[in-house]
Amino acid sequence: MRAVIAEDSVLLRIGLVKVLEMGGFQIAAEVGDGEALLAAVEEHRPELALVDVRMPPGFTDEGVRAAMVIRRRWPRTAVVLLSQYVEERYAADLLATNTSGVGYLLKQRVADVGEFVEAVQRVADGGTALDPQVVAQLLLRRDSDPLDRLTPRERDVLGLMAEGRSNAGIAEALTVSESAVAKHINNIFAKLDLPVIDTDHRRVLAVLRFFGASQA
Amino acid sequence: MIPPVLRRSALRVRRDTGFLAAGVPPHLALVPVWSWGATAAAETGNWALVLIAPVALILLGVPVLTAVQRYRHRALLGVDIPRPTPTPERWSWAAVARRLSLTRSWRQLGYHLLLGPLVAALELSVLAVAAAGLVGAITFGWVWALPVGVRQDWFGYATQVPCYTVAGIALLCAVPWMAGAVARTESRFASALLGPSRAQRLQERVEYLAGSRTDLIEAVDAERRRIERDLHDGTQQRLVSLAVNLGLAMATRPDLPGEAREVIAEAHLEAKEAIAELNDLVRGLHPAVLEDRGLDAALSGLAARAPLPVRLRVDLEERAVPAVESVAYFVISEALANVTKHARATRAEVTVRRVGKVLRLNVTDDGLGGADVSAGTGLSGLAKRVGSVDGTFRVSSPVGGPTTIAAELPCER
Repeated sequence: MRAVIAEDSVLLRIGLVKVLEMGGFQIAAEVGDGEALLAAVEEHRPELALVDVRMPPGFTDEGVRAAMVIRRRWPRTAVVLLSQYVEERYAADLLATNTSGVGYLLKQRVADVGEFVEAVQRVADGGTALDPQVVAQLLLRRDSDPLDRLTPRERDVLGLMAEGRSNAGIAEALTVSESAVAKHINNIFAKLDLPVIDTDHRRVLAVLRFFGASQA
Repeated sequence: MIPPVLRRSALRVRRDTGFLAAGVPPHLALVPVWSWGATAAAETGNWALVLIAPVALILLGVPVLTAVQRYRHRALLGVDIPRPTPTPERWSWAAVARRLSLTRSWRQLGYHLLLGPLVAALELSVLAVAAAGLVGAITFGWVWALPVGVRQDWFGYATQVPCYTVAGIALLCAVPWMAGAVARTESRFASALLGPSRAQRLQERVEYLAGSRTDLIEAVDAERRRIERDLHDGTQQRLVSLAVNLGLAMATRPDLPGEAREVIAEAHLEAKEAIAELNDLVRGLHPAVLEDRGLDAALSGLAARAPLPVRLRVDLEERAVPAVESVAYFVISEALANVTKHARATRAEVTVRRVGKVLRLNVTDDGLGGADVSAGTGLSGLAKRVGSVDGTFRVSSPVGGPTTIAAELPCER
């Protein structure tokens, strides 16, 4: 799979190239700002764009805006945003239209190379990867009554689901059996009045819609 | 050689008498006008003259005389009488009306018309004393220059003349004191009546201080943003890159001996912790999202990172000015940090509401209470920060809890 990297820190860009190459990606282009990123995506049509949020010239949300353009114009390119801090508002923008092929992770997650590569591959395959901190912010924003009805364990499961993990991934993270996870998920969906869906991806979509991420 | 004390007092006398002498003509300038006006009014019985005269004087004479006095004070005495806030000088009925309606026009007229002659009389008497003293002091000398016969016939020079001279020297000794006293008194009256009033001076001072405080707050904010940017672009990227490289080393070299792997794993962990700590610190300075998306958006990250559950209720229809947003963010950030450190709370609630032109912040926890603004530097620092934008700050923290921190910040200036 081919990838384009947009990151203005040269030092970190070198690290990102190595990590993605280790994960089996072929680097089509490395750029340092949003406009160059759009040009590179248009030229190479990669399967993945790995994008820093704060880039020249404004150093605010250039990466988010470029990512939204990519998702609208080249929907087959999955986008993973990286940032020093994650912001629920940017996640809401990013997930507003479509939650497939999107990731939003803290930069420090790249250091856990194995997990990071896994998350990136999941996004490139059309999945979702949200940083636990984004999920925590989304949970916090949706603090209305239905969430109070969940048990702490069910809230954990909901958070992991929103990060984009599969049943197996959730089971591993919580060290419980997959059938226990499935039971929790059924309870959550019942309590939140969400339709029961089998595929992981559409389930994430339902959860995120519940969080209100897609209303922004 | 003249001793320095004498030279200084001589210089002072010369300055003061010069100042007084120069004051006589402008102080007497209006006397003919008003004596003529009074006589004319008395003779013709036309009292309208008495009413018209001050108006004409305010418009024509007072500005000139005031300028003369201001110049005289500055040039001869080194006293600066501040100019009251200037009014437009172009001629129009409105300008005339405005000038007549200003109390300071009437204060100035009072000075020139009524106080002026009085001051002139004082000035003249000081000058007269000085002249008399001078003449008396040298009497002895010039009588000696006369032929002996004249001396003896005209003056009882052995008895009277020394008395004149002693009296003259005594008068001369009094001159510095008198001249100084009159000059000081006069310049005090002139400053009070010709310069801006106390209320106006205070108002100007308040405006100046408010302006410089705003500038200072903005400068501090800009500095925080700059530090945040520098750390973000420099140290934070370096640390992440370091952690990534250590992660790569662990992932790509499983063949390393166990000890080396352990050291690398340790370093990897340390690097990640350093990133997290620095992130928390830098995020507290001035998050980019605060500038970009406002207070509401910035608070999510703050509340989600607190180690206890935080309920966040934000109701903002429009954004406040950046300085206020920055203070609000800082207050909530510090208040949550305090809750985490001291309150032993199980949960906290943050509410932010905009009511009219006021931003209301509330941070409540269910902890132990007993927080004291005067005890810790944390809370008093918050109070100061709120005060810097003219906000109010209250802490309610009975022993046993709950603790509520409430701040109100004006959103506009």
